[in-house]
Amino acid sequence: MSTETMEGVKPVGLPRLNEPAPEFEAVTTHGVIRLSDYRGRWLILFSHPADFTPVCTTEFIAFAEIYPELQKRGVDLLGLSIDSVYSHIAWIRNIKEKTGVEIPFPIIADLNKEVASLYGMIMPGESKTETSRCVFVIDPNGILRAMIYYPLTTGRNMQEILRLVDALQTTDAHKVATPANWKPGDKVIVPPPTTLEMAEERVHAGYECIDWYLCKKEL
Amino acid sequence: MACISADGTLTESARRMLEVLQNPATPEDVAQATGLPLFRVRSGLREMAQAGLVEEKEGRYALTEAGKQRR
Repeated sequence: MSTETMEGVKPVGLPRLNEPAPEFEAVTTHGVIRLSDYRGRWLILFSHPADFTPVCTTEFIAFAEIYPELQKRGVDLLGLSIDSVYSHIAWIRNIKEKTGVEIPFPIIADLNKEVASLYGMIMPGESKTETSRCVFVIDPNGILRAMIYYPLTTGRNMQEILRLVDALQTTDAHKVATPANWKPGDKVIVPPPTTLEMAEERVHAGYECIDWYLCKKEL
Repeated sequence: MACISADGTLTESARRMLEVLQNPATPEDVAQATGLPLFRVRSGLREMAQAGLVEEKEGRYALTEAGKQRR
């Protein structure tokens, strides 16, 4: 019996944070790639609704613009849509011809929706044939660390994606959390104490504290 | 395919990888030597292993006889 619903979209469970990102092998504009090929590097896997569409084109140009900054941070990019590899190639070549921007990262041709289904990229309420604007940040150990979902109408904010990567890498490096609107150079949050004794000690530990549960420090 | 075209010819990136593999090397070594991204090297070596041009032993890749002839 088929697992597809009457609408033709397979029911999926969304991937979960801090669990292994679902493994896949997919045809891309750079050959057949597995998720495990990125092991040891950070990866941003992102989907777009369709090739040769206006918002997606602005996003691809913007992703290409932040690509050098991502590379400095040890982050690779991998796009995805439910289009053929020939469509992807034609679109990339068109973007270069019309704007001069070279797209340096591969794009998955997910015609059978296999990867899109694994990652819950299709929102049937929006479209049953296109992926929404999803972003999955996967760490060097293959663990899914963050997800962002935007609707078809709204292009993503590349500075927020860079900020998210910076925050995750800062958290890993220093065992801290980051406050609202944090950006590199700002003070970070010291993880809150978990016992009464630690709480008493925390307020005298020399941090900048509002109270025992909200203390910040410089890095 | 990224390394071997439908007519059997090797792409430039494939030839660069095979050149490095004159001496057995890890994917990380090949990425460093060629300047190709690590994911491309892992994917390409897998493809060339399936085609019988390279073989992997304990994490290091080496040319097969067929690979030596194609280099």
